[in-house]
Amino acid sequence: MENVTTAEHVEHEEHGHDEHELSFLQTYVFSQDHKVIGIQYAVTAMLFLLFGFSLMMLMRWQLAFPGAPIPIIGNLLGQANAPGGIMLPEFYNQLGAMHGTIMVFLGVVPLAVGGFGNYVLPLQIGAPDMAFPRLNMASYWSFFLGGVVMFASFFVPGGAANSGWTSYAPLSVIATEGQTWWLVGMLFLIASSLLGSVNFIVTTLQLRAPGLSFMRLPFFVWAQLVTSFLLLLAFPPLQAAGTLQLMDRVAGTSFFMPSGLVVADQALEISGGGNPLLWQHLFWFLAHPEVYVLILPAMGIVAEVIANNTRKPLWGYRALVASIIFLGFMSFVVWAHHMFLTGMGTTISAFFQTTTMIISIPSVVILSALFISLYGGSIRYTVPMLFALAFLPMFGIGGLTGLPLGLSAPDLHLHDTYYVIGHFHYVVAPGTIFALFAGIYYWYPKATGRVMNEVLGKIHFWGSIIAINFVFMPMFITGLAGVNRRLYDGGMTYAHGQEVMEWNAVMSYGAWALGFFQIFFIFNFFWSIRNGRQVNDNPWQSTTLEWQAPSPPPHGNFATPPEAYRGPYEYSVPGASSDFTMQGQASGADPEPARV
Amino acid sequence: MQELLGLPLQASAHAAEIDQIIVIVHWLMLILFIGWGAFFIYTLIRFRASANPTADRTGVTSHTSSYLEIAVAVIEAVILVAFAIPAWAVRVNEFPPENGATVVHVIAKQFEWHTVYPGPDGRFGRRDSSLITSNNGIGLDRTDPDGADDIHTINQLNLPVDTPVIAYLSTMDVIHSFAITSMRVKQDAIPGVEIPVWWEPTVTGNYEINCSQLCGLGHYRMRGFVTVMNQGEFQSFLDEEGARLSAAN
Repeated sequence: MENVTTAEHVEHEEHGHDEHELSFLQTYVFSQDHKVIGIQYAVTAMLFLLFGFSLMMLMRWQLAFPGAPIPIIGNLLGQANAPGGIMLPEFYNQLGAMHGTIMVFLGVVPLAVGGFGNYVLPLQIGAPDMAFPRLNMASYWSFFLGGVVMFASFFVPGGAANSGWTSYAPLSVIATEGQTWWLVGMLFLIASSLLGSVNFIVTTLQLRAPGLSFMRLPFFVWAQLVTSFLLLLAFPPLQAAGTLQLMDRVAGTSFFMPSGLVVADQALEISGGGNPLLWQHLFWFLAHPEVYVLILPAMGIVAEVIANNTRKPLWGYRALVASIIFLGFMSFVVWAHHMFLTGMGTTISAFFQTTTMIISIPSVVILSALFISLYGGSIRYTVPMLFALAFLPMFGIGGLTGLPLGLSAPDLHLHDTYYVIGHFHYVVAPGTIFALFAGIYYWYPKATGRVMNEVLGKIHFWGSIIAINFVFMPMFITGLAGVNRRLYDGGMTYAHGQEVMEWNAVMSYGAWALGFFQIFFIFNFFWSIRNGRQVNDNPWQSTTLEWQAPSPPPHGNFATPPEAYRGPYEYSVPGASSDFTMQGQASGADPEPARV
Repeated sequence: MQELLGLPLQASAHAAEIDQIIVIVHWLMLILFIGWGAFFIYTLIRFRASANPTADRTGVTSHTSSYLEIAVAVIEAVILVAFAIPAWAVRVNEFPPENGATVVHVIAKQFEWHTVYPGPDGRFGRRDSSLITSNNGIGLDRTDPDGADDIHTINQLNLPVDTPVIAYLSTMDVIHSFAITSMRVKQDAIPGVEIPVWWEPTVTGNYEINCSQLCGLGHYRMRGFVTVMNQGEFQSFLDEEGARLSAAN
C-alpha cells in the first residue's frame, strides 16, 4: 500500500513537471485539458450570448417604436442597415435570424454542453480528463471557427443570413450571400458538437471512478449523457441538410427547390424537382431534439443545486433518470409538430400530436420530482439556489404553454404568433439560461477557489427575474390576440393587433432592464476572480466527487484517484457527523447499500 | 376564460370549436400551475433553513404525485381524442361539396395575395409563368376558353356569408402562410403543391389576411383584405367583374 502511494506520488510529480513544460499556447490556447477547454467554451459562449442578446435589444427598439431612429448607436450601424439610424426590414430580418442562431448554436448549447459538460462532467465522475483530449480541443476550435464565420457574415454584401434561424427553403436558397456563410458556419458548429458528444459518451462510459455505478451518477452526468446521444444522433441529418442547401446555393442543385418557381416575375433558372418540405423535416429532426439539448443540461444543473441547498437527496432519483432517458427517446419522434400547417393529414398529425402529448408526461414527472425534492429540506437561499428555484416555475410556464401548441387544431390560431415566442423563450431564457446562471454561481468556486459576490448576485437575480417576465409574459397576450412573429413593424398595421400593441413597448423596456441587470453579473464574474472571498475546496458542503478535487483542480484533477462508495446525494444521513457525506468518503454512515 | 385569454372575434363556423380547445387546455395549464405554485410557495416558506434547520432525508412518502401524473396523462388523452384530432379531421378531410361552396384559387407571391374566381363557367383557366408581366402577375392565360371569364383580384378576397369556402392555396416563389385570424384559418403555402383549405364565414364585415410565415423583407406588409358580404352583394361583385372582363375583351 505504501509503495503504491509513493508510486502515485512520483507519477504526480512527473505530471506537474509535464505541465511546467507546456508552453503558454499549449496551456491556455490550444489546451487539451478539459477544464481549460470548458472555460474557453463557457467564456466564448457567454460573449455570444451577450452579442445575441444585444441584437435583440436593437430589434426591440424597432418593435417598440417602429420607424423611429435608434438613439446613440443608430448611426453606427451603417447606411446599408439603418440609414439615418432607422432600421431597414432587411436588417431587422438579419437580426432576427442571427439572434436565434447565435443564442441556440453559439450561446446556450456551447455553454451548457461545451462549458459545463467539459468542466464538470469529468470531475463529477472522478476522471483525470476527457477520454479524447485532442478531439476535445478540435471540438472547441471547430466551434470557434463556426462562430467567427457567423460573426463575419454581418460584413458580407447583403449582410448576415436573413431567412430566420430555421432557414426555410426556398427563401433561404434565393437569399443573399450571408446565407452561404450561415451554412458554412453551421457545418463547423455541427462538426464541433459531434466531436464533443462522442467524447462525452465515451468518457462517461469508460472513465467513471471505481464504484461509480450508473445509479450512483449525479443527475447532471445523466443529463449530459442523454444530451450527448441526442447531439450525436440528431445533428448528422442537419449536417447533411446543410450541405444540400449549400449545394442548392452554390452548385445549382435543387434538393429543396421545386420546378416552376417565379421570383419577382422572373422564372428561376434552376433544375427544379426538389421539395421544400424535405428541408423542414431534416431541420426539425435536429431542431426538436435540440430543444432537449438546451433543457436537459439545465435540469441537471438545477437538480445538483437543489439537492445541495435543500440538504437532502433528490426525490425520485430513479424516476428522474428513467424520465430523462425516455425524454431523449421521445424527442426523436415529435419533430413534425412544428409542421402541422404545412398541409398535414389527420393520420400523421394524430401521430405527432400523440407523441407530443406523451413527451409532456416525463417533463411533468421531472418537474414534479424537483418540486417535491424541496419538501422536508432545510433550504438555503444561496445565489445559485435562487436561480435554480426560479427555473422551476419558469420552465413550468414554458412547458405548459407547449401543450396547446402541440395540438394541431389550436395551431390554426396560435402557429407563428408571439404565443410561440413566449413559449420557447420561457423554456430557454428564464428556464435554461437561469439554470446556467445557477451553475456558474455554483461551480465558480471550483474553477477559481473564490465565490462570486453574493450581494451583486442577488441584485442580478432579482432584477433579472422581474425584468424577464416583463419581456415574455406579454407575448402570450399579444400571441393570443393573433399578433404574428417576425414582423418588422411589430404588427402595428393589423386590426387584430391594435388593442395589444402597447405591450410591444413594455416588452422592450423589460428587455433593456434585463440587459442592465446583466452588468452586475458581468462585473461580478470578472471582479471575483481576484477579489471574491477565498473558500476551501468544498464551500457548499456538497457530496459529489468534483468537490473532492482541489480548487482549481490541477492538470489531472485529483490528488489521488477518487473512488465512489455511495450514491450522489447523501445529505442529512441520520447518525452521520455532518449533514453531508461525500461520495468519495470511505468510512461513515452508508444507510443505503450500493444499488448497482 | 375566452375573454380572459383575449381571443379575437369568431367570424367562422369552426372558430368556436378551435377556441374551445384552447380554453380547455388553458384550464388544465392553469390548474397545474396553481397546484405546483401553491406547493412551491408553501415549501419555500415552511422549509427555509431557519424554520427547518435539519432536513428530513426522506421528504414526501406518498404516491399522490404519481396519481396526479396519471390524471394529467388521462386528461391529455381525452383532449387529444375527443377534441383535437376530430377538430383537425374536419378541417383537412371533410370538405364540403364544391357545387355548394365558393371555390377560389389563392396564389401567394412576394408580397401579395392573388385570388382567382372561376367565373360563370365554373372552370379555372390555365396559368403559365411565361405569361407573367407586371399587369398579369400570376400569368393568367386569357386565351384559354376556361380562363377568359376568370375573375382576378389582388389583396382583396370577397366571400359570401354562410357559404363554405374552398380555397386552393399555392405560392409562386417562397413559403407563405395564409391566415385570417378572425376566422381561425391558417395554412402554409408550399411551393410546388396546391393545398386546399375550407371554412365558412359567418359574420359579414371586413377582415384581414396576414402572412404568417417569414417570406422576405416585405413579410410584415404582406397584408390582404377579406370582405364577407351577403349573397346578393357577392353576386353583384361577380357580375360587375364579369361585365368588366367582357368589356375589355
